[in-house]
Amino acid sequence: MNIGKALANRSFCVGLIVTGMIALVALASFVWTPYPVAALDIASKLKPPSAAHWLGTDHFGRDILSMIMVGSRNSIAVASVSVAIGAGIGVPLGLWGAASGGYIDEVLMRFNDLVFAFPALLSAVMITAVFGPGAINAIIAIGIFNIPVFARVARAAALSLWSREFVIAAGAIGKSPARITRDHILPNLASLLIVQATIQFSLGILAEAGLSYVGLGSQPPMPSWGRMLFEAQTMIGLAPHMALFPGLAIVITVLGLNLLGDGLRDVLDPRFR
Amino acid sequence: MLSYATKRALIAIFTLLVASLVVFTMLEIVPGDPARLMLGMNATEDAVHNLQQQMGLNQPLAIRYFSWLGGLLTGDLGKSYTYSVPVFDLIKERVAVSLPLAAISLALSTLIALPVGIFAASKRGEFSDTLAMGVAQMGVAIPNFWFALLLVYVFAVTLRLVPAGGFPGWSAGFGVSLKSLILPSIALALPQAAILARVTRSALLEVLGEDYIRTARAKGLSRRQVLYRHALRNALIPVLTILGLQFAFLLAGTIIIENVFYLPGLGRLVFQAITQRDLIVVEGVVMLLIATLILVNLLVDLSYAAVDPRLRRRS
Repeated sequence: MNIGKALANRSFCVGLIVTGMIALVALASFVWTPYPVAALDIASKLKPPSAAHWLGTDHFGRDILSMIMVGSRNSIAVASVSVAIGAGIGVPLGLWGAASGGYIDEVLMRFNDLVFAFPALLSAVMITAVFGPGAINAIIAIGIFNIPVFARVARAAALSLWSREFVIAAGAIGKSPARITRDHILPNLASLLIVQATIQFSLGILAEAGLSYVGLGSQPPMPSWGRMLFEAQTMIGLAPHMALFPGLAIVITVLGLNLLGDGLRDVLDPRFR
Repeated sequence: MLSYATKRALIAIFTLLVASLVVFTMLEIVPGDPARLMLGMNATEDAVHNLQQQMGLNQPLAIRYFSWLGGLLTGDLGKSYTYSVPVFDLIKERVAVSLPLAAISLALSTLIALPVGIFAASKRGEFSDTLAMGVAQMGVAIPNFWFALLLVYVFAVTLRLVPAGGFPGWSAGFGVSLKSLILPSIALALPQAAILARVTRSALLEVLGEDYIRTARAKGLSRRQVLYRHALRNALIPVLTILGLQFAFLLAGTIIIENVFYLPGLGRLVFQAITQRDLIVVEGVVMLLIATLILVNLLVDLSYAAVDPRLRRRS
């Protein structure tokens, strides 16, 4: 990657800075939060932002900034593990389909269609109905949804690479399809996959927030942005700040990731210039 | 050689069958016996046994799957464990809320997104393009349920223009019912519109770079004529694809948004059913949503052929 070109790309720089800051906040929350995240202080409940509580307090008097800081870990963990599941299973499937062609490819694509028929929310509904709610469900549900996305991207790009001369040449000197995939296909897909991973990561943050908002994600007392919004809902007339800040946290994170993804695509993939 | 449409339809049916198997198996491995659940803790063994017999719970798994599948095809989804009414009736009642909500949002988002996307593409690089795409970039990042909360705060709590939630029911009057769907539809539509506008713009820009566009311009057509007569139609395929994909998000969004506004739709039904462990209702709703999704994607695939005659000849 060309560093100079990357630094000249505004989307990339803004995205990188915002994403980096969110990551720093999440890391910082392990060693420091303004208040202990579970500390109840009923006397100062529903307080608007002030010098003592920068983002105000919730209906139990908990510090909202501290909850948002700790909640970021949950969002990041769920999104990154589900991207890893999606890429870890989807990419090999897509590469396998592209390398094999014929009925194997057809079967894999039908499998993809099938998984695609289960949006994360429906999978989460079923998993929760069976195993009860929890953060793991959210990870599995979003991860499953990511599989066909990565498989499609990997397959489509790999297919076009398979007709390129350097790949045909590798086949002509006797390399097996598996080795060609490893040595020639995968390295050329890397940038495309990184961009897709960034997009799926930001979708994962949104999906996790939605799932924990309806109670299908992580459970109390672990703070999560989605559930903070759920709790804010009944207080919206009394304490609108309870709804405002967790939502802003989601928007800023997702926006940062999307900008980073757009920027990366421009920097890594010359076709989109 | 099968025609494009037949092949697509067969694939859709196959996907639906496998999906039904997945849903059935998933909810079959749930611990707990529905008969015992329906009768409560103090039921006698005899009563439980009788009900099991009645519900066909003691039959082999395969037979139960096929009778459930047969039921699905004839609209018999079984009886709710908690309400003791046919699941079909429960769903029918709730669809009357969810379907209009989804339809209004889809219409709204398309009506906003297409003009904005076309406008931005025609003003490429100008300030209005940058502004429109900046707003769209924000819109993509906003979770619809948070946007819904903000709308409630502004239009229901502060300005008191519309109800903050609840649904009077269509029998209470078309106007009041529609009024309670206004905020939910806007909340659902705007983030969708943001994505759609971006796709419309980039699809149009890609087409506008093609040789035949230059040819059309060279033979004397105005920019407008080229845009509407040549470019738009060709840019429609990616837009349709995204519309189809968005439908999944729309369904999921509907389910979540219903919870923000306390709308008695399919989303509320499925969450109540989960808390009450009324699995046959969960099964029915999930199957219905998956079937809708598969059908919509089939329609999208088929509409490619309508938009692009080249696809009709290929199978």
